[in-house]
Amino acid sequence: MKVDFWLNGVRRSEEAQPDTLLLDFLRSRGCYSVKRGCETANCGLCTVLLDGKPVLSCSVLAVRADGKKVVTLEGLQKEAEEFGAFLADEGAEQCGFCNPGFVMNVLAMMKELEDPTEEEIQEYLAGNLCRCSGFAGQTRGILNYLRYKKSQGKGASKA
Amino acid sequence: MLKIRNYVKAADLAEAYELNQKKTACVLGGMVWLKMGNRSVSTAIDLSGLGLDTIRETEEEFVIGCMTPLRALETDEGLNAFTGGAMRESLRHIVGVQFRNCATVGGSIFGRYGFSDVLTMFLTLDSYVEMYRGGRIPMEEFASMKRDRDILVNVIVRKRPLVCAYFSQRNTATDFPVLTCGASLMDGNARVVIGARPSRAMAVQDPGGILTGFGEMTGEQKEKAAEAFAEYAFSAVAVNGNMRASGEYRALLVKVLTKRALRAVGGMGNEG
Repeated sequence: MKVDFWLNGVRRSEEAQPDTLLLDFLRSRGCYSVKRGCETANCGLCTVLLDGKPVLSCSVLAVRADGKKVVTLEGLQKEAEEFGAFLADEGAEQCGFCNPGFVMNVLAMMKELEDPTEEEIQEYLAGNLCRCSGFAGQTRGILNYLRYKKSQGKGASKA
Repeated sequence: MLKIRNYVKAADLAEAYELNQKKTACVLGGMVWLKMGNRSVSTAIDLSGLGLDTIRETEEEFVIGCMTPLRALETDEGLNAFTGGAMRESLRHIVGVQFRNCATVGGSIFGRYGFSDVLTMFLTLDSYVEMYRGGRIPMEEFASMKRDRDILVNVIVRKRPLVCAYFSQRNTATDFPVLTCGASLMDGNARVVIGARPSRAMAVQDPGGILTGFGEMTGEQKEKAAEAFAEYAFSAVAVNGNMRASGEYRALLVKVLTKRALRAVGGMGNEG
């Protein structure tokens, strides 16, 4: 079946089987940041943005992306690099396997929540599992990143 | 693995209904549950082109389209104002934001899953399903019906003034609930719903009239009624064990959460 969609800002017209999952579809198009961590729609590693909203690509049919905008970490390199530095400064991650899905959801959160509290941050990111850590370093990194974005002027995080 | 032979984005409900008459066909919700199974689907029917993903509020009711994601219910100001935040509370512990952006209210309710926070919450309210052929059916009746080939179009919540509360017990955050409990006070009478027993959510009947006129009781009377009803629910609500908890533990939770929920709707806080 034909799927007309935008992948990281580029209009694409591709073929997909009726039961191809968006995750496999994107990986086969070179988006290797999108990974299958759990197979049970729990870990958040396969997070991509579908029309701006974070979704689990392991649970979305590729054909449902028809007419929609899909953004993966490959399309957010600048933002990911910027935020990644704050994570690194806190030594937040160990193996880094969960990082792509985590970064995608943090960037989605930045767009959705205005000035979130620590509790709101943890609730928003509860669906991103990290098996190395207790999220303390990540939380510090996010809070620092939020402060930095705020100091850059209002609306900077909404870009 | 889920196998799908054909995918059809339905042009209207009539087409979706026709296609769904075949036993091997399947209407898609958010797919977070469906994709976990090993089903072979002949035709997957997608309702996402029918504009059924919105929440409409009128003077009398909320009309929630079947394709509305759980996240939209969770963040809907009208529903949260009406339920005093209980709607959000019933949803925010379900896996994660990305999951709730996928999972739909229609999929959750139509599936009548035992673990469903969503079904427990809607049973707590004066709610209905609107089926393509079957019309409006009270949620309690729908919850006990067998699955058929009809199509769930909308979930309706009548705006009968109420106070309500929602509690769930989980072994770990974001996991399936071990037990769910909703309570509401409508027209002066209290109602308690227990779910994740682990079977389907049910409203706890009150044959002894313990909660009749709960809203009009004094604080002390409410306290006694909540205690008595919790004790009654402990013995009357059928619970079982599974990998998450034993039946004995669930029975104790029935008592504790019932009392907490009744105290919350009685305006007595939720401690105790």
